Amino acid sequence: MSFKAKRKRPAGLSLAAVGGLLYLHIPLALIVLYAFTTEDKSFQFPPPGYTAKWFSVAWFDRPDIWPPLYLSLKVAAIATFIALILGTLAGAALSRARFFGRETISLLFVLPIALPGIITGISLRSAFDIMGIDFSIWTIVLGHATFCIVVVYNNAIARFRRLSGNLIEASMDLGANGFQTFRHVILPQIGTALLAGGMLAFALSFDEVIVTTFTAGQQSTLPIWMLSELIRPRQRPVTNVVAVFVIIVTLLPILIAYYLTREGEHIGGASK
Amino acid sequence: MPPAVRFVNVSRRFGSVVAVDRVTLDIGEGEFFAMLGPSGSGKTTCLRLVAGFEQPDEGHIEIFGETAEGVPPYKRNVNTVFQDYALFPHMTVGENVAYGLMIKGMPRAEREAKAKDALAMVKLAGFESRRPAQLSGGQRQRVALARALVNGPKVLLLDEPLGALDLKLREQMQEELKALQKKIGITFIFVTHDQGEALSMADRVAIFNEGKIVQVGSPSDIYEKPKSRFVADFVGSSNVLSPQFCAKHGAPACWTSLRPEKIRIFSPNETVPPDHAHSDGTIKMISYQGAVTRFNVDCGGMRITAEMPADGANFKEGETVRLIWPKAAMVTMEGES
Amino acid sequence: MNQAVLIEAREGVLGRISDAFLARPKLLTLLLLLPPLLWIGVVYIGSLFALLLQSFYSLDDYSGLIIHEFTLATYLELLQEANLQIILRTVIMAALVTLACAVIAFPIAYYAARYARGWMKALFYLAVMMPLWSSYLVKIYAWKLILAKEGIVTWFASALNLSWLLNGILSIPVIGGPSLSFSYIGTFLVFVYVWLPYMILPTQAALERVPVNFLEASADLGATPRQTFWTVIFPLALPGIIAGSIFTFSLTLGDYIVPTIVGNSRLFIGMAVYTLQGTSGNIPLAAAFTVVPMAIMGVYLWMAKRMGAFDVL
Repeated sequence: MSFKAKRKRPAGLSLAAVGGLLYLHIPLALIVLYAFTTEDKSFQFPPPGYTAKWFSVAWFDRPDIWPPLYLSLKVAAIATFIALILGTLAGAALSRARFFGRETISLLFVLPIALPGIITGISLRSAFDIMGIDFSIWTIVLGHATFCIVVVYNNAIARFRRLSGNLIEASMDLGANGFQTFRHVILPQIGTALLAGGMLAFALSFDEVIVTTFTAGQQSTLPIWMLSELIRPRQRPVTNVVAVFVIIVTLLPILIAYYLTREGEHIGGASK
Repeated sequence: MPPAVRFVNVSRRFGSVVAVDRVTLDIGEGEFFAMLGPSGSGKTTCLRLVAGFEQPDEGHIEIFGETAEGVPPYKRNVNTVFQDYALFPHMTVGENVAYGLMIKGMPRAEREAKAKDALAMVKLAGFESRRPAQLSGGQRQRVALARALVNGPKVLLLDEPLGALDLKLREQMQEELKALQKKIGITFIFVTHDQGEALSMADRVAIFNEGKIVQVGSPSDIYEKPKSRFVADFVGSSNVLSPQFCAKHGAPACWTSLRPEKIRIFSPNETVPPDHAHSDGTIKMISYQGAVTRFNVDCGGMRITAEMPADGANFKEGETVRLIWPKAAMVTMEGES
Repeated sequence: MNQAVLIEAREGVLGRISDAFLARPKLLTLLLLLPPLLWIGVVYIGSLFALLLQSFYSLDDYSGLIIHEFTLATYLELLQEANLQIILRTVIMAALVTLACAVIAFPIAYYAARYARGWMKALFYLAVMMPLWSSYLVKIYAWKLILAKEGIVTWFASALNLSWLLNGILSIPVIGGPSLSFSYIGTFLVFVYVWLPYMILPTQAALERVPVNFLEASADLGATPRQTFWTVIFPLALPGIIAGSIFTFSLTLGDYIVPTIVGNSRLFIGMAVYTLQGTSGNIPLAAAFTVVPMAIMGVYLWMAKRMGAFDVL
């Protein structure tokens, strides 16, 4: 490897790098492929034939898919809603104010994502047992909202930190009270960050399986449905169809969120 | 007629730091008033006290006779031009300027018309639909000015408004601001650390140091008759003569300020005109400044700086010379600081 | 138009509230912070305490109910041979996965840090992040497809006439199995796949911070590229690798889905926790099991902090 010509890419390294990246992406491509196979009892490769019938089967002939789908959507929506409010409040409070214990509280808002899901899951389960709470949609929401808050908080506080304090003073100088300032100046500035945070939270909640298995009891969200299908498969290509659907539903919001938070860097500042 | 702004024994502390220390001040209506001082001297805090972003810990503030402390900024008929302009990036220039009017509830057509007029007044006619990000520093400053003035405030506050501009632009804006103030006729209060700016624009100047006002007066008062060593040093540069030195040279035995440009250099045997004082010494250092040349002369242990136009004196380092200055140029100061 | 200097703005409830907050900004901060803090405090921290508490309870063998009394019996249960094996198995897997991730991630991170510029850099970032963001479960499922006996790997092997190699690997005792998707090797491969982006990103960040003139200085002082790599680049990249290893290690310790779907049904810590709290309702033992990875990670994090890994995150 020559270090002098730093722009020249060593062939071996390039190969390793590209190889690694392909390794990351091929599995997803295969999922899509297998959604079209005619063989439904095994994962035979190459697929013996191709058909699109599984898409209609999934839609019409598998009533067991719909309830988990609805539950996932409901939980994601509620959890995202709660997270948007609480995450934004936390982001606003912690971005500027200096007070005793601020560092510790900031750490608290990282913990739900920093610690593995199983810890969150079993902790909640322990609490439900001690407090005698039964499983319901709300126990699931409780778990999801917690890490969704962290996601929204991260986006919100990053944007709040970039908000120039002068803008708020300028608005008040021109006659706007706190609420008017929030509506006309603060909200437009943080809007895209909140949107991005919300989308990330939704995607995360929709896909979440570890914490959910501990907090759902007998209920099934879509990932839980998939998990049981993986362990005891019925029509494998149908599982693939659902998997393709999940890929789209989780990937799209995340890409949009990424795009939104990148764009923000170009919004012109008022300062020199 | 009550003064535009009145401070009575106002103090403001941040923790253990006293930012503003028992300041008493009257600013008249229609004045172009400058608050001058080094960083941390309290001048910006005083401005913010007028705007309402800070509240005094002690003392009393009046704006046109009405009590101001406790009143939030959005209830004061006072507007500010911020140091970094603070233009709202998500609004157009027109919307920025009309913001205050929009908050007051003025209908759209009316406020758009007023915004247009305000922009024309700061020579930015036609810029309504641009965005702040597309403007240069000088243009943004004008927008900030228009945005403040369109609300018809009784007092306009400017926080180091010209700091970010380059020299040429700064000089141009100084003239324009002065003309604008004369035309509109309201009180302008502006904060700066640049003494040249304060002297050229203001009707009166207050000099701040460590939270206190050390001198208030017209620019020429401040410059010609500094009351303390601090003022003498901060506004222009000055020689500070000890009481003993002054006693030997026909002035009262006090700390005295003597401006370098009042001193002229001659060869050692030059006759001293009446009402002039003189001192002989050796040139220790010569510094060429372009328009002027500075001579640092050792007069029996006392270092005196004399400033002469560039072609006015042809002396070299180490030469013995005679410094001559009018006795009236020696200004007695009241104290060290 | 004679306007008063102090405007009497439209006084409403909102106006008065706004005034109050302006006078007492700390109050505003408190009010903003209280709801989210309460949630995280009560729901999250509270349940962590519940977990700890549960680990000191025990399960009554006869009634199947949890006895809510303080005891160390549950922790003692952990020391039984079967449970110790579970813990050991998980820790060894975590260590191996971490090692493999570090080795595979390094070339990718190195390439991205040193050679990718402009749009390529963004492309790399997206390319690494996308699998990270795509559904966790779907990724694991994808690997089940790949590793299945009739799946693509077998087909690939036979196409290249390497079936003998594949069968040989599968017949290795302990880590082999009837097919890749029912063996430790399979579990290992999937873990590496799923956690790889977590290792790439901090390593890349650390490598990007190595100033180019370090390398030039090293070459200038006579070091060969290999020497420069081991004495300059690698030590500077190490904090990033360690930061990434925190993720891979901790995530492997706690995971139960991967071994369930791709594995030989021997238990890992995560699976043990899951099954224990499920039908048998043995939450105390499940809690005790969970404390183990928490304790391990605590020590690991402390060591990582000493080695400067936190500066990279």
